[in-house]
Amino acid sequence: MLDVHAIRSLFPILQQQVHGRPLVYLDNAATTQKPIAVIERIDAYYRTTNANIHRGAHHLANISTEHFEQTREKTRAFLNARETAEIIFTSGTTDSINLVAQTWGRQNIGAGDEILLSMLEHHSNIVPWQMLAEEKGAVIRVIPIHDNGTWQVESLDTLINERTKLVAVNHVSNALGTINPIETLIAKAHATGAKVLIDGAQSVTHMPVDVHALDCDFYCFSAHKLYGPTGVGVLYGKRELLDAMPPWRGGGEMIKSVSFEKTTYNELPHKFEAGTPHIAGVIALGIAIDFVQSLSWSEVTAHKQQLLDHATALLLEIDGVRIFGTAPHKAGVVSFNVASHHPFDIGTLLDQQGVAVRTGHHCTEPLWNFYGVPGTVRASFAVYNTLEEIESFITALKKAIHLLS
Amino acid sequence: MSIESKQQEIIEEFSVFSDWMQKYEYIIDLGKDLPVIENDYKTDDNLIKGCQSRVWLHAQLIETGRVQFTADSDAIITKGLVALVVRVFDNELPADIASTDLHFVKAIGLSEHLSPTRSNGLASMIKQIKIYGLAFSANHA
Repeated sequence: MLDVHAIRSLFPILQQQVHGRPLVYLDNAATTQKPIAVIERIDAYYRTTNANIHRGAHHLANISTEHFEQTREKTRAFLNARETAEIIFTSGTTDSINLVAQTWGRQNIGAGDEILLSMLEHHSNIVPWQMLAEEKGAVIRVIPIHDNGTWQVESLDTLINERTKLVAVNHVSNALGTINPIETLIAKAHATGAKVLIDGAQSVTHMPVDVHALDCDFYCFSAHKLYGPTGVGVLYGKRELLDAMPPWRGGGEMIKSVSFEKTTYNELPHKFEAGTPHIAGVIALGIAIDFVQSLSWSEVTAHKQQLLDHATALLLEIDGVRIFGTAPHKAGVVSFNVASHHPFDIGTLLDQQGVAVRTGHHCTEPLWNFYGVPGTVRASFAVYNTLEEIESFITALKKAIHLLS
Repeated sequence: MSIESKQQEIIEEFSVFSDWMQKYEYIIDLGKDLPVIENDYKTDDNLIKGCQSRVWLHAQLIETGRVQFTADSDAIITKGLVALVVRVFDNELPADIASTDLHFVKAIGLSEHLSPTRSNGLASMIKQIKIYGLAFSANHA
């Protein structure tokens, strides 16, 4: 069994009160809190080894570079990529997706080509492809969903065809928590020669990810949803694709040599890492990965399932509650509305009681158009949440409903 | 009654509440009591879009030279807050609307609703009221 109270004690921010109540932080799909080791690592970097990487010939530059590259190796092992050259550091999942759209996408997608997304996508996995499609005259197609928030898998056989150049979907839905059958999708896409990008922003905290076994072409995630700092993300790509892709941002670090006549570009992964990166953040991501790897995946998944089951059962006991997303395989997310109450009203009254949830459209407006509601209240769980917190949340919710009725 | 004295009146009303629940109960009741905006005025032109709740605001200059405001929201707490702001500025002179400092929201401990992260449209609504004040006083200059 996971020692949740021991884990909790590693997170200083959770020890506080909000509006005079103990903080119940259930907005983990937006961002997770940081363990003390991550916070201290950022502090230690600036106190002891701050120097620009891959450049200086001096002591501190060498140490910083070594620590930075250690995170690349930890990330490679975390995703089971074949080599560190396949791990590109970006500023986040959004940045990773835009990088692929602006390089691989502009090179490989033309007029009449199709990009397949799903109804469950976050705006950050819609808009970059719309921008590309508009520029190239390509077509966006969408995997429809069932009412329970799962893909209509049978539609894949007609949606994926010889015009499909790319399929870009999330592994886990941020709005509903659905865990999508990406293995099936990747096999079908590859059968027609399409490439697959997986938005893993919500999945990396929930389950082990093996990009080699998945055989996906690109996989993206953000450090801050994995108990790491904001401003750091990862793009995994297969070497043969990354090698063939043109660079995106130009600048220092990404070049081999520059003259006014001709610039030659650096090798992978540096080709895509122009400018000084978020060095402290990348190094701290390594510590966040250490934290996640120190836990047992089966215990983490079981714990989050228990939190989800408990919250779901208690919510369904409340009159007028409608849960959106009832897939058989879900990560720790429960999205709901209560009767005709506006999510913002519920969220405001929960906040007054120290309970932090997300309200609104969760950056997935097309999904809420499908359900015909403007948005929901979303509670999302992390490894440090307890069953008692679920009960505090439900008590606070009942009080909110009482005030609004 | 001037804008300032109406603000003082609201601050006094809120001073009797001893906890957050009483305060929000009152705001929710105000939201329920606010006369709904006429459908003719509930247009996209009058819509102030927050990220989460939406606010409609209609302004009209009447013969006395004062401005009448009607407003609505799809969230009841936002609607209650909107009712308070409307009460302060309704039936006042354009120049006063444009120049008077709105301080009661902070004084009654609800300034978090003015933060842009709240995205409930209240901050934008107040800005829009000020713009109406300026526009109507310019027309009358």
